[in-house]
Amino acid sequence: MNIYVLVKRTFDTEEKIVVSGGKIQEDGAEFIINPYDEYAIEEAIQVRDAHGGEVTVLTMGGEDAEKQLRTALAMGADKAVLINTEDDLDEMDQFTAAQILADYLKDKNPDLILAGNVAIDGGSGQVGPRVADLLDINYVTTITKLEINGTQVNIVRDVEGDSEVLETSLPLLVTAQQGLNEPRYPSLPGIMKAKKKPLDEVELDDLDIDEDDVEAKTETIEIYLPPKKEAGRVLQGDLSNQVQELVQLLRTEAKVV
Amino acid sequence: MTNTIANAIKGGSFLVEDVELDRVFTPEDFTDEHKMIAKTTEDYVTHEVVPVIENLEHHEFEHSVRLLKSAGDLGLLGADVPEEYGGLALDKVSSALIAEKMSRAGGFSITHGAHVGIGSLPIVLFGNEEQKQKYLPKLATGELIAAYALTEPGSGSDALGAKTSAKLNAEGTHYVLNGEKQWITNAGFADVFVVYAKIDGEQFSAFIVEREFSGVSVGAEEKKMGIKSSSTRTLILQDAQVPVENLLGEVGRGHVIAFNILNIGRYKLGVGTVGASKRAFELAVAYTNQRQQFKTPISSFNLTKEKLSTMASRLYASESLIYRTVGYFEDRMSQLSADEQKDGKAIAASIAEYAIECSINKVFGTEVLDYIADEAVQLHGGYGFMQEYEVERIYRDSRINRIFEGTNEINRLLVPGTFLRKAMKGELPLLQKAQALQEELLMMMPEEIEDAPLAQEKVLVQNAKKIGLLAAGLAAQRYGTKLESEQEVLANIADIVNNLFAMESAVLRTEKAIQRDGAEKANQKLLYTQIFCQEAFECIEKDAKETLIAAVEGDNLRMMLSALRKLTRSTPYNVIAKKREASVKLIDAEKYVV
Repeated sequence: MNIYVLVKRTFDTEEKIVVSGGKIQEDGAEFIINPYDEYAIEEAIQVRDAHGGEVTVLTMGGEDAEKQLRTALAMGADKAVLINTEDDLDEMDQFTAAQILADYLKDKNPDLILAGNVAIDGGSGQVGPRVADLLDINYVTTITKLEINGTQVNIVRDVEGDSEVLETSLPLLVTAQQGLNEPRYPSLPGIMKAKKKPLDEVELDDLDIDEDDVEAKTETIEIYLPPKKEAGRVLQGDLSNQVQELVQLLRTEAKVV
Repeated sequence: MTNTIANAIKGGSFLVEDVELDRVFTPEDFTDEHKMIAKTTEDYVTHEVVPVIENLEHHEFEHSVRLLKSAGDLGLLGADVPEEYGGLALDKVSSALIAEKMSRAGGFSITHGAHVGIGSLPIVLFGNEEQKQKYLPKLATGELIAAYALTEPGSGSDALGAKTSAKLNAEGTHYVLNGEKQWITNAGFADVFVVYAKIDGEQFSAFIVEREFSGVSVGAEEKKMGIKSSSTRTLILQDAQVPVENLLGEVGRGHVIAFNILNIGRYKLGVGTVGASKRAFELAVAYTNQRQQFKTPISSFNLTKEKLSTMASRLYASESLIYRTVGYFEDRMSQLSADEQKDGKAIAASIAEYAIECSINKVFGTEVLDYIADEAVQLHGGYGFMQEYEVERIYRDSRINRIFEGTNEINRLLVPGTFLRKAMKGELPLLQKAQALQEELLMMMPEEIEDAPLAQEKVLVQNAKKIGLLAAGLAAQRYGTKLESEQEVLANIADIVNNLFAMESAVLRTEKAIQRDGAEKANQKLLYTQIFCQEAFECIEKDAKETLIAAVEGDNLRMMLSALRKLTRSTPYNVIAKKREASVKLIDAEKYVV
């Protein structure tokens, strides 16, 4: 089976976000594989081990992302590809990412593509479905169980806490929800082997992509941190006065009604 | 030794010469693989060990056996085992990082360390082909668990005074061992013990003893102050039948194995203290942010800041000197030829070369940990005294480190002792340097210190080396061969040397970072270095003065004290301000950051 995993390099969940000059500061920050993508990698490895084939992890961005690819290889993926956009693109959004990834994948004949349900930084949840749409294949998001028999696929997906059971067929793109599996740690032998596994790097030119064609469709106007949580206030007086005061504060101070 | 080994840094050479910056390994030199190995170890400890620490503390050792097997599955037991015997033969940095990250597991890190270190390494380094093939693959997976049995009720530091005896039976097939080995880590479940015994009561030798051999049993579980998560029992040998092929190394050469394994044990113990210190620090700083008194987080009080910065700067020095030593080992071991890698003697020589550094790693690392654990409890106030807080266990677990693998007192005595031996053998030009120094001191004029980052600290390091040589030289002159019994003077000299090695290691690491990233990005490192160097230098001055007063008399003493004053003249920083500055990043990050 020809399996691809879409992987994103994100801030470590324990990093504090610092915004300065309208940008998130990356200096000295630790980066990880987007945690939802780890479920996708783990599932891909399990599918390969059960059905044979090959797992390729695919990411885009700068050379720094090689580290996350190596981690995926150390977990057990077979090959890695970095689409290096460092020199070509300053801004990108879900549209850009999906266009480029789909362009790369269109002649690779993947049987199964796995991605995270959402990236913990941008949080759009769009890239997976968009790629599937561009490749004209089925997709199912937020899956918690995957069973493959031949080309038939049985899936359980998480719907806001409820489960939905689906049947579909390969080729297919799925996005992984927490609970799909327990991602393994890269073992030490895995880490040593990963050094020797192929990690290819391609640029937009190699894919015949014109950067204007993948220009971001969205524009980021401002980046700011959520306001600091203020201390709570307990309203005094009888109940009807308290209600009146509360409504007034919600209108004038919090400006939410 | 081959020519290439001549390129490796000489053990103890830091006292008499300076080292090139690119020969010094620092934590900033970790590769991506190193970081991945560290991360896997960290994840393993957090997700597999930490959830059952309470069970382990209550001696439910079935978890230890299970955890060692799962560590084996991840490759965490095979770092120092050659590939042909099922190991990974990783570099020394990787193996050190495993030890550092494992230390958060408290007593279980002792279980792990005893298995991969003192338990397995004697076979890795000194076993013959059959012994390696028989035991190492299973030790690397955790199918067999190892222990090390040297200490006896009557012989601790005096290891060669062991009473356990071995006698070849009439058929010549078995050695028959009798005796008791005390405080044996992993004894509750270990399958294989490396045991020292005297053949015919004379020849100190090592044996591989299996738990299942007839005549082998263990005593009751000890009740300990700390590291309760590790099993500690007596190994009892009553006419234990050990096949002759289980003699490890040569008859009467057990001390070569014992002392070299102790050196490695010390050095690995030092690495472990780095991880435990980081954990204690992290708990302490997070608590000071969360705990409010007088409606203010206690981290905003200046005395809290003082404590945090002192802890972090000592940790920085400790981490710097320990990874510098790891780098020395890696440098030297990686230069051994394939044949030498298999030759216990060549490896032993490489280990023994850094006996001084190993002792310093042990003494310095364990005392920094003890200090940090103590202050971490203090910063927790009454809560730190309560068992539901992790810091309470860290405090108890820390205490043994200053005692085992050679007490810190024994290790202190080893430092000047080894220096003198190296000087006598002509391996280090100690005496020549000390003589030249005495002449230089008479003419010495104070230097103008330039206003560049680290300029002051570099002068302090140079002067500390001179003070070390002066004190050691005068003590050697005065006491000659009787110096050995002047233990107070020897301990002073050891403290001077320990501090100067730590100072220099911090300076070199910071200098390397400044070269790579610029002074601005290395500012936190610079602050730690300034704080540590100044405070350590004050200790050096005090130790040197006491030594001089003991070793020299009359006019000569006045002259030497005046020389010491010249060497200690400097314009100190406002260390209070430096500590306040250094605390900002620590309080913000809620962990030890550089």
